[in-house]
Amino acid sequence: MDIAGQRAIKGLHSGKRAGANPRIKFFIGGLLIIAAIGYLIYSSSQSAAQYFLTVSELNGRGAAIVGQDVRISGAVVGSSIQYDADKLELRFTVADIPGDNNVIEQQGGLAKVLHVAVTNPKAERMQILYKGVKPDLLRDEAQAIMTGKLGADGVFVANELLLKCPTKYESAVPKQVEK
Amino acid sequence: MAALFGYGALILTFLLALYGIGAAIYGALGKKPAWVESARLAMLLTFPMISVVALTLIILLLTGHYEVAFVYNVTSSAMEPYLRVTALWGGQSGSLIFWSWLMSAFASAVTLRQWKRDREFLPWVIVIALVTLAFFVGLAAFAENPFERFWTLPNGNQIQAMFPAAGAVLITPADGKGLNPLLRHPGMIIHPPMLYLGFVSFVIPFAFAFAALVTGRSDDRWIRLTRRWTLIAWLFLSLGLVLGARWAYDVLGWGGYWGWDPVEIAAFMPWLTGTAFLHSVMIQEKKGMFKRWNMILIILTYCLVIFGTFLTRSGVLSSVHAFAQSSIGPLFFGFIGITFVVTLGLLLWRWNDLASEGQMSSLLSRESLFLVNNLLFMGILAVCFWGVIFPLVSELFTGQKVTVGPPFYKRAVAPQFAGLLFLMGIAPLSAWGHSTIKTLGRAIWKPFIASLVVMAVVLANGIRDWAALLAFWLVALVTCVTLYDYGRSVWARHKARGENLIVALWRLIGRNRRRYGGYVIHLGVVLMALGVVGIELFQTTTQGTIKPGQSLTISGYTVTYRSLAEFDAPDGRNVARAVVEVSKGGQYLGELHPRRDFYFDAQQPMTIPGVRSTMEDDLYVLLVDWQPISTDGATFKIYHNPLVNWLWLGAIIFILGTMIASWPDAEREPAAVTAAPKSNVVKA
Repeated sequence: MDIAGQRAIKGLHSGKRAGANPRIKFFIGGLLIIAAIGYLIYSSSQSAAQYFLTVSELNGRGAAIVGQDVRISGAVVGSSIQYDADKLELRFTVADIPGDNNVIEQQGGLAKVLHVAVTNPKAERMQILYKGVKPDLLRDEAQAIMTGKLGADGVFVANELLLKCPTKYESAVPKQVEK
Repeated sequence: MAALFGYGALILTFLLALYGIGAAIYGALGKKPAWVESARLAMLLTFPMISVVALTLIILLLTGHYEVAFVYNVTSSAMEPYLRVTALWGGQSGSLIFWSWLMSAFASAVTLRQWKRDREFLPWVIVIALVTLAFFVGLAAFAENPFERFWTLPNGNQIQAMFPAAGAVLITPADGKGLNPLLRHPGMIIHPPMLYLGFVSFVIPFAFAFAALVTGRSDDRWIRLTRRWTLIAWLFLSLGLVLGARWAYDVLGWGGYWGWDPVEIAAFMPWLTGTAFLHSVMIQEKKGMFKRWNMILIILTYCLVIFGTFLTRSGVLSSVHAFAQSSIGPLFFGFIGITFVVTLGLLLWRWNDLASEGQMSSLLSRESLFLVNNLLFMGILAVCFWGVIFPLVSELFTGQKVTVGPPFYKRAVAPQFAGLLFLMGIAPLSAWGHSTIKTLGRAIWKPFIASLVVMAVVLANGIRDWAALLAFWLVALVTCVTLYDYGRSVWARHKARGENLIVALWRLIGRNRRRYGGYVIHLGVVLMALGVVGIELFQTTTQGTIKPGQSLTISGYTVTYRSLAEFDAPDGRNVARAVVEVSKGGQYLGELHPRRDFYFDAQQPMTIPGVRSTMEDDLYVLLVDWQPISTDGATFKIYHNPLVNWLWLGAIIFILGTMIASWPDAEREPAAVTAAPKSNVVKA
């Protein structure tokens, strides 16, 4: 038999084999890809997940949480902000605010909750150390969301610092006119 | 007065939209064309109406009517007029108006087209367009009213309301709070509108899909009708995302362009489903397969567009995009939920009509690679969605809020993007229908070898990081395959017809704009990938406090501090501007001026980097701090971002490719009938 003939038979043969179960290989292939994506998502969320805690929850955990990557949220106490530009070391204190958006809404909105937390001397507090550039939005009564670790000395070392200033957009009645 | 006038127009627009919905449904179900025509006119009339609303608001912004709460919150006297106009989308209620305005413009453009062949689609397209419009206009009218003003009530209380109780006195503040300084940037003028245009224009293909489901037309007519709309939607959405990235790079001062912030992800998710949709509709057009899947994709895209609009405009998630918390969340979720359930119900009703006309036979065929492409886009979507809802889910099940950050996204998404790049490399050379490893190998071996040569060069340059090597190889593969495919086709034309190469290239693209525009987009994507690899894998940084004359060094560059000046700018800010000199290997390259602007009205500083940008790398210098006497020293943070410019160059090519793909074909118009001999020549 010539080569072309052999090829034709081979082609026919493999065509038949594929034809017997045309869907099964797509099914298996698709399943493999979906399983791989599923595994990627699962393993990545396992390795990268961080507890999102409030200041008082973090205080409550005590030594158990030291050295573990967590995310916390708090109100920036303006008078506590110290910045050492030589070492790029930023130190400030945050006061406890609720973690749940609904609770914040119930208590009169984020701006009010932040204001109450900062002015209340009894609110639980936490010292923060952040190494890096001082963010433009860092100011009194801003909401800070920090990722980092609680040190054994009770200072939270943040490696990421996000800030939110709700007062900018919250349409409270303007102060200028309250004479 | 103007505020009341604007509000009245807003209410009328809302009523008009409701009337149009009713008339369209009644006309369609009762087969009464006069009612459908009436709905069409109502649709067209919403545009001038909402224009009146938007222009009224713009005039209020421009003329500084600070008694209007929205104007007070986003503008101040120090702001330049063009910024006062852009403040329209700087706050929530204004952006709802802006969204509605664009929505109405696009929907009107659609209803103006020729409807001869597709008359039965018209009422249902109007229904979807008007339902969407009514939702946004309704939100602005009843939940987030931009025309509310400040009042003092007789009992002394101060409130913000549209219609206060009798005896209330209007409060007129002397000046507004001003727009967030972060938003006072030229990029901010076009970034949100582009994103919104993308969001809004995706409503059109969805409206046609809905019409196809309701009327029971199971062919691909709706896809062919909206092909260009989809591409245009995608073009704007891509532009919006890229401009956002560029704005972040220029303004946010963290040396990056994309932070996996929930708001960014919210805009990215409809882009993902839209991209999957763009690819998979080709299978339906060519093979009659994936009909149900395309319906699901466009439904998802529409829901994600609404979800994205909501997330970008509310404070539900912690985000650098600091916008107000608001009460409109439940309304949005209700709307998305209802749309989703209704359209999914329709889809199930038509399930059997949308059966596939063909079957895939070969794992390496073009259609099966498109399927893998879709799976990967859905995979990336799943990562994004999971990341966004993870805190909510974990709280539900464990009572403990657990979040995931950029490391999660990067780890879960990078392999999938690599997979997409690989597909871009092999899919253009795989055949439709039947394709085996042998036929594919025969088609691909030349560009494959070329990509290995590029790899050897990269290795010789001393790069040993395996992720970088893989990425560079994929970039090389896609580039070689794409150029090879272009070159082959151009050469074939040149040989067969004796056209010169440029003419051959021009005609080739003209003959199949979607395909060859698509390949230009692929080239843009790989160049962007180059930039991403550069900044993600090779970014270095240094920082320090130095006195005038002293230097910092980074990756071969020397940055020398010269001087610093502080002055007030006329637009209400204090500027601290440093002068630094950059040199490399002893050779002077130029000056950079990193600065920090302090905005008085917003009481907020803003750090503007000094950037020296070349195709090889960016030197990105931030002024962090300075001593009261500037000769005592200043603190700088410096980033070295290799290859990042390829990201922007790639983005430009990407956009050009999308424009090629969506350019209207002139020869398909009916006018060609009179010019028959000529069009025959073109087609020959």
